[in-house]
Amino acid sequence: MDRKEKEPLIHITKRKMIPKKQEWAIRLGAILAALVVCAVITTLTTHLNPFAVYASMWEGSFGSERKIWALLKELSILLMISVALAPAFKMKFWNLGGGGQVMAGVLATTTCMILFGDKMGNVPLILLALVTSLAAGALWAFIPAFCRAKWNTNETLFTLMMNYVATQIVAYFIIIWEKPKGSGKIGVINQSSRAGWLPYLGGKQYMLVVLIAIAVTIFMYIYLKYSKHGYELTVVGESQNTAKYVGIDVGKVIIRTLVLCGLICGLTGFLLVSSTDHTMTTTLEGGRGFLGVMVAWLAHFNPIGMVLSALLMVFMARGSGEISTAFGLNKSFGDILTGVILFFVIGSEFFINYQIHFRKSSKGKEAADV
Amino acid sequence: MQDSRTAAVSMRNITKTFGTIVANNKVDLDIYRGEILSLLGENGSGKTTLMNMLAGIYYPDEGEIFIDGKPVQISSPKDAYNHGIGMIHQHFKLVNVFTAAQNIVLGMDTDQDGKHISKGKLDIDTPSKRIREICDAYGFDVNPDQKVYDMSVSQKQTVEIVKALYRGAEILILDEPTAVLTPQETEKLFTVLRNMRADGKTVVIITHKLHEVEAISDKVAILRKGEYIGTLITKETNAQEMTNMMVGREVKLNIDRPEPHDVKPRIEVSGLTVRSSDGLLKLDDVSFTANAGEVLGIAGISGCGQKELLEAIAGLQEIESGEINYVEDDGSRSSLIGVDPVEIEAKGVQLSFVPEDRLGMGLVANMDLADNMMLRSFRFGKGAFTDRKSPHKLAEKVVKDLEVVTPSIETPVRRLSGGNVQKVLVGREIERAPSVLLTAYAVRGLDINASYTIYDLVNQQKDRGVAVIFVGEDLDVLLELSDRILVLCGGKVSGIVDGRTADKNGVGLMMTKLGGEAVG
Repeated sequence: MDRKEKEPLIHITKRKMIPKKQEWAIRLGAILAALVVCAVITTLTTHLNPFAVYASMWEGSFGSERKIWALLKELSILLMISVALAPAFKMKFWNLGGGGQVMAGVLATTTCMILFGDKMGNVPLILLALVTSLAAGALWAFIPAFCRAKWNTNETLFTLMMNYVATQIVAYFIIIWEKPKGSGKIGVINQSSRAGWLPYLGGKQYMLVVLIAIAVTIFMYIYLKYSKHGYELTVVGESQNTAKYVGIDVGKVIIRTLVLCGLICGLTGFLLVSSTDHTMTTTLEGGRGFLGVMVAWLAHFNPIGMVLSALLMVFMARGSGEISTAFGLNKSFGDILTGVILFFVIGSEFFINYQIHFRKSSKGKEAADV
Repeated sequence: MQDSRTAAVSMRNITKTFGTIVANNKVDLDIYRGEILSLLGENGSGKTTLMNMLAGIYYPDEGEIFIDGKPVQISSPKDAYNHGIGMIHQHFKLVNVFTAAQNIVLGMDTDQDGKHISKGKLDIDTPSKRIREICDAYGFDVNPDQKVYDMSVSQKQTVEIVKALYRGAEILILDEPTAVLTPQETEKLFTVLRNMRADGKTVVIITHKLHEVEAISDKVAILRKGEYIGTLITKETNAQEMTNMMVGREVKLNIDRPEPHDVKPRIEVSGLTVRSSDGLLKLDDVSFTANAGEVLGIAGISGCGQKELLEAIAGLQEIESGEINYVEDDGSRSSLIGVDPVEIEAKGVQLSFVPEDRLGMGLVANMDLADNMMLRSFRFGKGAFTDRKSPHKLAEKVVKDLEVVTPSIETPVRRLSGGNVQKVLVGREIERAPSVLLTAYAVRGLDINASYTIYDLVNQQKDRGVAVIFVGEDLDVLLELSDRILVLCGGKVSGIVDGRTADKNGVGLMMTKLGGEAVG
C-alpha cells in the first residue's frame, strides 16, 4: 500500500441549476471555439485565409435573394420533420422512421399527380393528394406504434426498417413511371399542365412551404406545452407506471402521438413533391429523417428552439456546399468544418450539465467554468 | 470527547457540496477499532455522503482523512479497500444470475494474500472455501453456490457483507442495513456485527432508528444538516437526548392513536387471488374489511403481496379471482374489479393511493411540483387544454401546509429530498378529499420530523372518516399507529390483530409463519 497517492487532477460534478444567460454564453463560446479550431484546420490544410472561407460560407446561405429562399425552403422542410419527431421523442418513442414516413407521403402525392393529373381539376387533385399523403404518412407511423403498444416490439428497429421498405416501394414505382423510359427517373411531373402543383404565393415558389412550416411549428409548441395530449405523452415518456397510476391509456397515447407524427411527415412529403421538387426520387427525403432527430434533441424538443438548431444544420450544409465550389475544395472539406462545429455545439451540452474542478483551484470559488 | 488511542479513521474538516447544497460542512469524525459506531441523523443530514467519501464514491471538496494517523487520499472504492474500508450500500450491487461466490470475487484481480490471480482461469473453489471460513467465523448464513436471484433480501445483504470482509475490510460501513429486514433478521444481523466487533473489526452503521442505536452501538455520532453535532457513549444517553441533538429541538416521540369514531365498513375484499405477470401467486385467497374511520395496518416481509394488494384495490392490478367492493355510507356496494383508476373516479369513489415507488409511479421525477399536482387534475381543463392555474395553486398550498422545502414550485421533484418528495405526493393525494387512502411505506426513508407529519396526516384522515390502509415496514410504528393490523405471509392472510393489544414478537412470527402462534 505504498503506492503514490495524489488528489485527482480534475473532478466533475453535476450542476444544480444554471441561469439561462450562462447557458447561452456557454453555447456561444462553443461556437466561437469551433470557429477558431476550424480556422486553424483551414489554414494548415488548405493555406487559405479562413476569414475568406467563412465569408464564402455566409455567402452560400445569404448571398442573394435566391440563396435566401433556398435556405428558407431547406429550413422549412427540415424543421417540419424535426417538429414531427419531437412529440415521439418526448414520449421516449425512438422514431427513426421520419424519413420513411415522409417518403410514404411523397409516394402518395406522386401517385395522385400521375394517375389523376389529367382526370380532375387542380383543386380537387391537390386536396386528394394532400389527404392521401397525410394518410400514408400516418399509416407508416401507425404500424410500428401499434406493434409497440400491443406487443411491445422495439420501435427503434421497426421504424428504421420501415424507412427501407418505403424507399424500396418508391424505387419500384419510379421504374414503373420512369420517363423517359430507361432513364431511371420520372422527371418533373406534369411539367406542362402543372396539375397538382401548389400555387406560388406572391410569386415566390417557397412562400407557402415557409408559412406551413411556421404554422406547424407554432401548433406543435402549443400542443406540447398546453394541451392535455401533450401532458399525457410527457407523462408516458417519463414513466409508464405513473401514467397507468393516473389512468392514462399508454397504448392509446403511443398510437395517437405517432399518428400525429406521421401526419406531419406525410404533409412534408406532400410539400416536397407538390411544391418544391415536383418529382420523386428515392433520395428526396435526403436523410432529413435522421438529421431531424439531431435537430430535435439539440433543441430539447422545444419547437421554437428547433428553428435555431435546424438553421444551424441548414446553414452548415449550404455553406460547405458553397466553399467547395468557390475554392475548388473537395466536398469533404465542408463536412470536416460541419463536423467540428457540431462536435463543439453538442459538446457544450456537457459543460451546461456538468462543472469541472481542477486540483487546487477548487479552493475558493474560482472553480473553472470551462 | 477525547480518546488517547489513535483513531482507525479520522476525518478532519470535511466539506462536500453538490451545486449549491452543502452536504457536509467541516465535519470531524473519529472511528476507533473494535467499536460499533452509529451514525445518526435525519434525512439529508449528510450521513451517507460522509461515509461515501470514506468508501471512495465521492471525493471531499475540502478536508483530510487519516487512517491510523496517516493522511490518505481515497479516490475510488479500490483505494478504500486498500485501506481496509468496505461499505454496504442501501441498494445492493449484485449480479442476479451469479452465485454468491461469483459475486464476491467479481472484479478482484488479486487473491486473499495479494497474489495475482492467473488470467483466463477462474478458480471458484478456493474462494468458496475461504467464504465458508468467513461465514463460520462470524455466524453468517450464506451458501457460496446459491444464485443471487434465489436469495431473500437479508441473504443478499449478507453476501454484500461477506464480499466486503473477503476483500479484507477491517472497517465496515453499513448504510441503513435494517430498512429491509424483519425484526428477526435484524437481530441476526446484530449478532453477526457483535461477533465482528469481538474479532476486532470496526463497524459503522448509518441509521435514523433510535432503538437500533441503543441495541447495537457503543458510540453514536450525530449529524444535523451536514454538520457534526457530537459523539455520545450509547450507554450514557437516551432516546430523547439523541433525538433532540439530531433534530435540534425538543421532539415528542409518541405516535398518537386517536380513538376511532363512526366506524363502518368501506372496502370489502373477499377471496382475492392475484398472480404476477410471470404466473407467480402473489395474493392467495385474501379476505378482509377496511373500515371508514380506522387505520388498517398491513404488516409483512417485503414482497409478500402488499404491493399487489394495494394496486388491486386501486384498479392497477389484474385479478385472477375474488371480489373487491366499495361500500357506500348507505350500505350499497359497487365492485372495484375490472375498472381502471379513471373509472373508479367516475363512480364517485375518491380513492387516493400513495404508492411505494414515489418517483417511479406516484410522481414524475422530471416534472415540477405544479405539473405533478396536475397528474390528478389535468383532465379537468377546458377542451383540449390543461388548466395550469389550479395545480399551481394546489402546489403552493401543499408546500405551505406541509412545509415542503423546495427552491420553487417550478423545481423538478427529483431535486427534492426524499421526505419532501413524499410530502408532495401525500399532499396531493390527501387534497383530493379521499374516502379511501392507500399508503405503501409512507415513511420509508423519512426523518423523524417528516415521519410525524405523515402520521399526523394519516390520523387527520382517519378522523375525517377515511378508510386508511397503511402498509408499513417498521413494526413499532404499525403497532403504535394502527387500529387493526393485517399480517401477510407469502401472499396469504396470516391473521388480523388489534393494534392496541398485539405484541411485536407475535406479529413478527406471524410475518414468517402463517398464524404465527403455531410455533409457540
